[in-house]
Amino acid sequence: MPAAHIDIQHVAKLSRLSLTPEEAAHYEKQLNGVLAYIDTLTAHDLGDVEPTAHAMPVWDVTRADTSRPGFSQEQCLSNAPKRVGDQFQIPKVIE
Amino acid sequence: MSLATSTIAHLRQRLKAGEITPRDIVQDVAKAIEARNGELGAYLSYDTEAALKEADQADQSLPLGGIPIGIKDNLNVTGQPCTCASKFLAENYTSPYDAGAIQKLRQGGAVPLGRLNMDEFAMGSTTENSALGTTRNPRDTRRVPGGSSGGSAAAVAGDIAIAALGSDTGGSIRQPAAFCGCVGLKPTYGRVSRFGLVAFASSLDQVGPITKTVEDAALLLNHLCGKDDRDSTSLNVEVPDFTSGIGKDIKGLRIGLPKEYFIDGTHAGVSAAVDAAIQKLESLGAIIEQISLPHTELGVATYYVLAPAEASANLARFDGVRYGHRSSSASDLMEHYLKSRSEGFGPEVKRRILLGTYMLSSGYYDAYYLRAQKARTLIRNDFTEAFSKVDVIVSPTSPAPAHKLGELKDNPLAAYLEDVFTIPVNLAGLPGISVPCGDVELDGVKLPVGLQLIGKPLDEVTLLRAAHAYEHAR
Repeated sequence: MPAAHIDIQHVAKLSRLSLTPEEAAHYEKQLNGVLAYIDTLTAHDLGDVEPTAHAMPVWDVTRADTSRPGFSQEQCLSNAPKRVGDQFQIPKVIE
Repeated sequence: MSLATSTIAHLRQRLKAGEITPRDIVQDVAKAIEARNGELGAYLSYDTEAALKEADQADQSLPLGGIPIGIKDNLNVTGQPCTCASKFLAENYTSPYDAGAIQKLRQGGAVPLGRLNMDEFAMGSTTENSALGTTRNPRDTRRVPGGSSGGSAAAVAGDIAIAALGSDTGGSIRQPAAFCGCVGLKPTYGRVSRFGLVAFASSLDQVGPITKTVEDAALLLNHLCGKDDRDSTSLNVEVPDFTSGIGKDIKGLRIGLPKEYFIDGTHAGVSAAVDAAIQKLESLGAIIEQISLPHTELGVATYYVLAPAEASANLARFDGVRYGHRSSSASDLMEHYLKSRSEGFGPEVKRRILLGTYMLSSGYYDAYYLRAQKARTLIRNDFTEAFSKVDVIVSPTSPAPAHKLGELKDNPLAAYLEDVFTIPVNLAGLPGISVPCGDVELDGVKLPVGLQLIGKPLDEVTLLRAAHAYEHAR
């Protein structure tokens, strides 16, 4: 088990969140406190226990491979914060 | 007397007798909202005209024909806002579709009316994490309504909704129902489609009713359940008539009291009310047995690994491109993501995204997520073992009555620990219900206490029978 200590600015970048230095210090302190509590899980020997992903497990869920109605292009674009014609607009990504 | 104070069961009778129309009900609920929502802050928005139009067209031969139901603001309803009480979705989002649960409700004839406040993205247990307004407890407006479905519970208990839908990931239906003094039911995981419910922690989230009575919870649940092939975790199982046990006795029903749920630290008034409820259940013929759920102490830690980890993945979709908040000052794509998300999300949402991202980041997965999934197995096995001996498990819903506004603010760990009795039920995917079981007096006000009943997987019928028998005898 790694020592419970969060490198908050690294994690913020992975999370696509930007934090001011004050916010970073505040969250780091709070989250290290939460992680210290979560470390109670280490007190238990969980080595051979099978993990549970879902409490009511279902496997290999498929549906018929047939087309069915979906959103129209206009519906998809209806909530776009910025659009150009029939496309979502984003900041330039290629120089 | 305003029809807003009525139950679904009573309104159905009066509709059938021709004494009232769906329009009368919607008008009375709208009047009640106008009169009291300023004080309670339960609704974020409501569209009376749209609801009246639907009420006029409602098929009254259907079981819920013309009955208005308040909707937590994380369930999509066509043409309505769906803010999740977040600035991210508050500005310019209109749902282009109905959630699976809403479609079922409409098939039963119900009319969605109003958008109910909640903790932002359902993360919290006081509704104070809403970015869009404060909701107050109808019993004492200095106190929180609980959460995250605090708007739903406050509206129902405050008689400004007939009934409402909530969602429950770690107690978010049951705990606010307990705090406000109404009934809240979390169905078995997979009973109700999650399609169109804005995802928080997908392996735990479940939609359910918040109502004035146990019978209403059963009536509403009858029109929420069923397989939906747009949610691969929804179960392809028979949907029984959930009212079939209502009114039946509980003689010989085996009720388990987990010793780990009756602990120091629970408010004395809560313990006294729950003890009295247990005596009442025994007087009705139930057989009370002591049981043990030995891994209960792992519940909160397990949940606060799994839920933030799943949330951090689910909330990655909020990128400011396709819908929601988009920063106006970003010059490149990375800055666009960073600014749009940082401006749009509130502190608790950021905390949980950061925590979840950390625990899923390279090198930490085995230490946290995998370990928590293993602990989840032990917690689930505890319940399987217990349910080989008993039919229903009983506990307090929450260790304390409603807090004062601001009391737990910015103390996340203290707030998380309050979910100790509700979280294991989500981890094990079981059905659970909170019913009012008395009061505890604080600062001269009688605050409601909730009794939690937990059922076997898919056995909501027995759960509702026991809850109704208790409610009726109280």
